Amino acid sequence: MTTGKIVGVNGNMITVAFDGAVAQNEVGYACLEDGDKKLRLMSEIVRIRGTVADMQVYESTNDLEIGDTVEFTGDLLTAELGPGLLRQIYDGLQNPLPELAAQCGHFLQRGTYLHALPRDVKWAFTPKAKPGDRLTAGETIGCVPEGIFEHRIMVPFSFQGIYTVKSVKPAGDYTVEEEIAVLTDADGNDRPVKLYQRWPVKLPITCFKERLMPTQTMVTRIRPIDTFFPVALGGTYCIPGPFGAGKTVLQQTTARYADVDIVISAACGERAGEVVETLKEFPVLKDPRTGRTLMDRTVIICNTSSMPVAAREASVYTAVTIAGYYRMMGLNVLLLADSTSRWAQALRELSGRLEEIPGEEAFPAYLESLIAGFYERAGLVRLKDGSVGSVTIGGTVSPAGGNFDEPVTQATLKVVGAFHGLSRARSDARRYPAIDPLESWSKYKSVIENERVERLRGILRNGNDVGQMMKVVGEEGTSLADFVTYLKGEFLDAVYLQQNAFSDIDAATSEDRQKVMFDLVEKAMLAEYVFDDKTAARKFFQGITQAYIDWNQTAQDAQDYETRRDDIAKKIEEASQNV
Amino acid sequence: MYKVYHQIDNLSGSVVTLRADGVQYNELAEVTSRSGTSLAQVIKLDGPTVTLQVFAGARGVATDAKVRFLGRPMRVPFSDALLGRAFTGCAQPRDNGPALTDNLIDIGTPSVNPAKRVMPRNMVRTNIPMIDVFNSLVESQKLPIFAKAGEPYNDLLARIALQAEVDIIVLGGMGLKYDDYLKFRDTLDESGALARTVMFVHTASDPVVECMLVPDISLAVAEQFALQGKKVLVLLTDMTSFADALKEIAITMEQIPSNRGYPGDLYSQLAARYEKAVDFDDAGSITILAVTTMPGDDVTHPVPDNTGYITEGQFYLRNGRIEPFGSLSRLKQQVNKNTRDDHRTLMDSMIKLYASYKETLEKQSMGFRMSEWDKKLLKYGARFEREMMDLSVNIPLEKALDLGWQILSDCFEPGETGIPTKFTSKYWNAGR
Repeated sequence: MTTGKIVGVNGNMITVAFDGAVAQNEVGYACLEDGDKKLRLMSEIVRIRGTVADMQVYESTNDLEIGDTVEFTGDLLTAELGPGLLRQIYDGLQNPLPELAAQCGHFLQRGTYLHALPRDVKWAFTPKAKPGDRLTAGETIGCVPEGIFEHRIMVPFSFQGIYTVKSVKPAGDYTVEEEIAVLTDADGNDRPVKLYQRWPVKLPITCFKERLMPTQTMVTRIRPIDTFFPVALGGTYCIPGPFGAGKTVLQQTTARYADVDIVISAACGERAGEVVETLKEFPVLKDPRTGRTLMDRTVIICNTSSMPVAAREASVYTAVTIAGYYRMMGLNVLLLADSTSRWAQALRELSGRLEEIPGEEAFPAYLESLIAGFYERAGLVRLKDGSVGSVTIGGTVSPAGGNFDEPVTQATLKVVGAFHGLSRARSDARRYPAIDPLESWSKYKSVIENERVERLRGILRNGNDVGQMMKVVGEEGTSLADFVTYLKGEFLDAVYLQQNAFSDIDAATSEDRQKVMFDLVEKAMLAEYVFDDKTAARKFFQGITQAYIDWNQTAQDAQDYETRRDDIAKKIEEASQNV
Repeated sequence: MYKVYHQIDNLSGSVVTLRADGVQYNELAEVTSRSGTSLAQVIKLDGPTVTLQVFAGARGVATDAKVRFLGRPMRVPFSDALLGRAFTGCAQPRDNGPALTDNLIDIGTPSVNPAKRVMPRNMVRTNIPMIDVFNSLVESQKLPIFAKAGEPYNDLLARIALQAEVDIIVLGGMGLKYDDYLKFRDTLDESGALARTVMFVHTASDPVVECMLVPDISLAVAEQFALQGKKVLVLLTDMTSFADALKEIAITMEQIPSNRGYPGDLYSQLAARYEKAVDFDDAGSITILAVTTMPGDDVTHPVPDNTGYITEGQFYLRNGRIEPFGSLSRLKQQVNKNTRDDHRTLMDSMIKLYASYKETLEKQSMGFRMSEWDKKLLKYGARFEREMMDLSVNIPLEKALDLGWQILSDCFEPGETGIPTKFTSKYWNAGR
C-alpha cells in the first residue's frame, strides 16, 4: 500500500509527498491523532506533480500538521449499489445520515464512515440464472423484492468479457455481504458475486445495449411544464432562476408528482431546512400511483451548504450513479439536482486553491466539459434483455444576480433538452410557478399537440407585446382588438400557466385533466369577441378568469366539476355569438 | 511546554509568515511584540512555512516578535455569566466586567446532521403586518434584512428582538458604529431585555480580523444555549462587513478573486454561519436575523446575492418600509396554514393587487388617462401603503387580516380581486 506525508495544508486542500504509485482521483485517508482518538479523513487526489499529490479532503482539515501520514487505498471513490438504497438519506459520500445521527448525536463528526447498505437486513433472493449460463456485465443473476420493485441482482458492471455461471445459491434470505453466485471468466478464474457491488461514481455505467431517443413525455402534473415546456423520460432539463423565484418548490412538486418509478433527490450545497421538509413529509405522503408512501420510491443525497465543500462535488456523482444503477433494472428514474451552481462553486474553490489559471468569473476552464459529462449520464436505454430504462436529469442553476449570461447557466443550456427559466418579475408578481413563458423552451413532445400549443403561445407573445406597448402609449392609445389580445394573454397566464403548489387540488393536474383544461382555454383564446368598450372587455375576462380559477380548485370527481366547466364555456359562447 | 519562535519572515496586512514545525492547521498562536500581545490563527501550512492571521492586525509587529503556538483552536467561554455582558470579537470584555475563562468551547464546530433537525413549526409573532401577514417569521429561520446604508435596519432589528418571544438574544455586531452599539445596549436595557442578552461587538475601529470571528463566536454561544433547550435569537449586523473582512484577508493571501474581489468560497463561508440556524428535535432552537447592507442598493452585489441563495427568504427595507416585492419568507408556508383559513389567499391577492397598483402608478406618471379600474387601484394602493406597510403599525395578525379584508371591501367588488368565492363570501366586509 502506498503511503505519503503531508507537506502542506491550505483550506480543504492538502499536499502530500508519496512513495510508490498513485492514480489520479484515487482515494486516500489523512490520519490524524486527536488526543487518544485516531481519525481518518477521506481525501481524493486531484493533481499529481512529480512525487507530490494535491488532494481535496472531504472533511474539515483542522488540526492536521506537516508530516501526518496519508494512506492511499488504490481505489477511486465508489458507491455501494444493492438492495436497500431506497428510502435512504445519504450524505455526499453515501453515509446514511440517520445512522450517523444515532452514532454521533446532533452534529456531523468528521472521520466517521458507515456502510451505505445495512449489513444485517436479509433479502429474499430468487435465482434467475442457472449454472452454465453465459452472462456479461449488467445481466441478471437473480432478484430480490425491494418495496414494490423487483431489484435485479446483476453481474457486477466492472466485470469485463463473458462469464460462465459456476454456481448460484438457491432461493432464500441473504444479507448483502453473503456470496450468492460464483462466475468463471474466460481464463477460468472464479469470481464471487454478492447482493451488492461497488462502482466508481465518476464513471458512467454503460453496460446496456444501446441508447434510444427519448420520446415519451414525463408527466409532472405541472401544467406549464407538461403542456408548454415538456420533459421526456430520459431527457435533461435545467431550471435557472434568481433566489426566491421558486426553484426549490418546483423541484419538490416535481419529486412528488412526476410519473416515474424512482426519484433521486440530490440536495447539493443547498439549505438543510429544505431537505428536512422532504425528509419529514415524504414518509407520510401517499404516492398516487402505488398507494405506498413517496419515501418508498425516493433516495435522498444531501450535502447541504454547511457540509464540507469537497463532498458537495461527490454528491452529484453519487446521485447519478445510483440513478444509473436503477436504470439497469428497466426502471424510469428521475434525478433532481438542486443546485448545480453549488457544485460548480465547489469546483471553483478547488481550482483556486490549485492556483489554476481561472476562466470566466474565476470558474475553471474545464467547467463546461464536466457539466456536459454529467448531463450526458441521463438517457433512455435498451438493456441487454430488451427492456427499457431511463434516467431523467433536472438540475437547478442559481446564477449570480439572476443573470443567465453567467458561465454555469450558459454551459448547462448547451447540453440540456429543455429550459425552464424562472423570472424575478413573475415571482415578484406572485405568478407561480415563475417559469417565463416567453423565454423558456423545450425540444421534447408535449401532452398537447404542438401546433395548438404554439398557437396559444403566439397569442401570449402578442398579448405581451401589446402590454409592453401599452406602457408607452397607454390604454387609450391601444385599439380594442389589441386590448383583447392582451387580456387573452393575461387570461392564459392566470388560469393555466399559474398553478398553486400549496393547494391540494390545483397543485397537480393529471394528463387528461390538462387536456380538458386546454380545450377550454383554447376555446376562450381563439374565440372572437365584440365588446362595447375596454371596460366591458376587462370585466368579461375578469369574470371568466374568476370562474376558471374556481374550477381549478374543484376536484375532478366533485359534483360541480362538469357544471362549472359548462358555465365557463357558455359564457364564452355568449360573448362571442354577436360576431 | 510551548516552543517560542522569534523570526518572522513576511508581514503583509494582518498576515505574517514564519518557519515553525509541529504546527496544526487552524491552531491559535500568541504574537507578542512591542505594540502588545495578540492572538493569531494558522491559516496555511506549506512545508516549514506557517501563515498566521493576527487578530489585532500586524501593525507594529516586528520581525523579531515572539510567536508562541498554543496547540488549540479558537475557543470562547460559555456559561450563564455571559448574559447581560458585552464582549469584543475575540471574546474580551467590552464592558467593565471581569474576563471569563471557564468552560471554553470550540467555535466553528461541525454542522448539524440534517436528520436531527425538525420541520420549523412555530411562528414568531412580531406584530408588524408586513412580516406577520405577508412574510411570517418562523422559529429556526435564517433571514437577512437587505437595506442600503442609512435605512433604519438596526431599529427594526431591535424592535423584532424585543417583541419576539425568545429566551436568549445573542447580538453579533460587525463593523458597528460605536453609537449604534450604545443604542442597541440602551434599547435592550430600557426594555429589560439586557439580562437575557449576550453581545459580541466588533466596532468599525477594531482590527478587521476580529470582525471575522464575531459570527462564529456568537453562533457557538447560541448553539450551546440551544442545546440546553433555550429558544435563541441571534442578531447579526452587518454581514456585509463580515464579507468585506473575508475579502481583505483573501486578497492579502493573494487568492484569486472570483467576483468583485470577493473570494470564491464566499458562498460556503456565509452558508457555514447561516446554516447554524436550527430547530433541534430534542432541544432548543436558533433563529438568525441578519442585516446585509447592499452597496449601491444593488441586490446583485455578491454579498446580498450569495446571501439570498443561502437564507430562507429576505426582507427588503426600502424607504423605511418592508417592500412587498422581493421580500419573502420561505418558511411562511409552514405556519400560515395554521393561523386562519384566509391568511394565504389574502396575502397573495393583496400583493397581486399591489403589483397592479404599481403598474397603474407608472401609467399615471406618464400622463395616461386613468380608467375606472385604475382609480380603484390607486385608492387601494394608497391605503395599503398607509395602513399596512408603515413600520409604525403595531397590530396582531388577526387584526391585520381583518384590516386587509376591510381595505379590499372598500376598494373593490369581490369578483375583481381574483379571490376564490368561498373566501369572499365569508370575509368580504369582515372588517366592519
